[in-house]
Amino acid sequence: MILFEHVFKRYPERGEALTNISFEMKVGEMAFLTGHSGAGKSTLLRLIGLLERPTRGQILVNGRDLATLPQAQIPYHRREVGMIFQDHRLLPDRSVFDNVALPLVVAGLPHKEVGRRVRAALDQVGLLKRERAIPVALSGGEQQRVGIARAVVGRPPVLLADEPTGNLDPELSKEIFQLFERFQYVGVTLLIATHDLALVKNMHHRTFTLGDGRLINDTRGW
Amino acid sequence: MLKPRFRRRRLPNLADQFAIWLNQHVQSALATLGRLLDTPLPTGMTVAVIGISLALPGALYVLADNLRTLAGGWDQTAAISLFLQYDVDDAAANNLADRLRKLPEIAQVQVITRESALDEFRALGGFEEALEQLKNNPLPVVLAIYPQPGYSTPEQLEVMQDKLLKLKEADFARMDTVWLQRFQAILDLIQVGVLLLGVLLGIGVLLIIGNTIRLEILNRCIEIEIMELVGATAAFIRRPFLYAGAWYGLLGGLTAWLLVTLALVLLQPPVSRLASLYRSDFELAGLGVTATFVVLASSISLGLIGSWVAVNRHLRGAEPS
Repeated sequence: MILFEHVFKRYPERGEALTNISFEMKVGEMAFLTGHSGAGKSTLLRLIGLLERPTRGQILVNGRDLATLPQAQIPYHRREVGMIFQDHRLLPDRSVFDNVALPLVVAGLPHKEVGRRVRAALDQVGLLKRERAIPVALSGGEQQRVGIARAVVGRPPVLLADEPTGNLDPELSKEIFQLFERFQYVGVTLLIATHDLALVKNMHHRTFTLGDGRLINDTRGW
Repeated sequence: MLKPRFRRRRLPNLADQFAIWLNQHVQSALATLGRLLDTPLPTGMTVAVIGISLALPGALYVLADNLRTLAGGWDQTAAISLFLQYDVDDAAANNLADRLRKLPEIAQVQVITRESALDEFRALGGFEEALEQLKNNPLPVVLAIYPQPGYSTPEQLEVMQDKLLKLKEADFARMDTVWLQRFQAILDLIQVGVLLLGVLLGIGVLLIIGNTIRLEILNRCIEIEIMELVGATAAFIRRPFLYAGAWYGLLGGLTAWLLVTLALVLLQPPVSRLASLYRSDFELAGLGVTATFVVLASSISLGLIGSWVAVNRHLRGAEPS
């Protein structure tokens, strides 16, 4: 589902962020991406979501070659890659419902279908009763779950999360990770960048470790 | 191992795509209008500025149009009215007219007999009682002289007038069309002025709308970024801003139309009074269907162009760095 072959990413101002990254993730696989701050975790995720293009190397996502994907096709690629951010990236002046509906509205789904799918996604993250609330009225954990609902509402085959539990206490973090496992069960491929090593160890999933832009470890779960 | 469930999604067929496209347009247009109406004060101010800018050339156009209508009624005025000596009678006048008609520079000569001149004078009003007091007709015979098309400049008429005054029957002459021609020249000037003012204020409207849209884009840059993240196409992101420009244009154009119409309503009674003093039933004409269409079409186009420029400068689409 995700294939990296000798991928390099160099920034003119910061130098090499990723060096010779190669790995493959199968459909329905869930993996963690760990490493110290600045090791290149976010950069790697940004390459998959085509927020940036690699300097060198090939990336295939869901059969698409991202190096040759035309500009006009990028939105359609992003609809197949759900992204979750540490800072949630919610629209502060829109309701929970509207925030979650955004990917569907953007894709031009009919009104009725949007309502049905948004409620299904909110139900999955346990926020069905808060659909009229605006994001600032929610707790950090709830906001993150809204972000997750928005990422999965379009039923993308790939889900990326960048430090999704960065601001949450361990109990809430665990809940979020269990939520991710439920998506894995229905066949979603997940890649989660985190430095919550204790949780990573407990959950027995494949784990990539980045160090200074290199893939220094790739441990299978069990 | 799970069976791969996800395939690349097939694009919807053409009819569905069209339905989606149309639906998104309608949604975007209505949502944008709702957004503008949600903030009535800033929207109202922008619309008012556009409306006033467009009302100015619109009003000048109406003025020029009305003056032209007024002047059009005088096209039948003779170039030169030649007043004959008082002792020249109708028969002699007719003779003279026949002679003049043979001249190459003269197209037509109309003889206004003493009787008909008196009748006309009576009909013109205000003089009935004064005329009753007179025992005999004080008016001379007048020849109304219409020049050939090639002989109607003020200079040529001047020459013709001198020539006519040398006739022994002539008393004095009056050039009627010279001032009309000056009036026409002033009208032409006003028309060019309308055009220039329209272009200048049109550019102003373009800049106002462009700047308003630019600020709107900057205000909503977080929203735009998030929409790009969840897979919005460049067209989808541009659309509301283009509609906003078109709405500003339409609302501004309607405001301009309203302002001009209101001004005409206020001007109509004094104009009618003035016209009645001149025994005329002249009425002010409004913008009319064509001019209204031109005002609205140009204001919408200005809105679209202004927002298009802003959108192209400030929205680059989902560009990966």
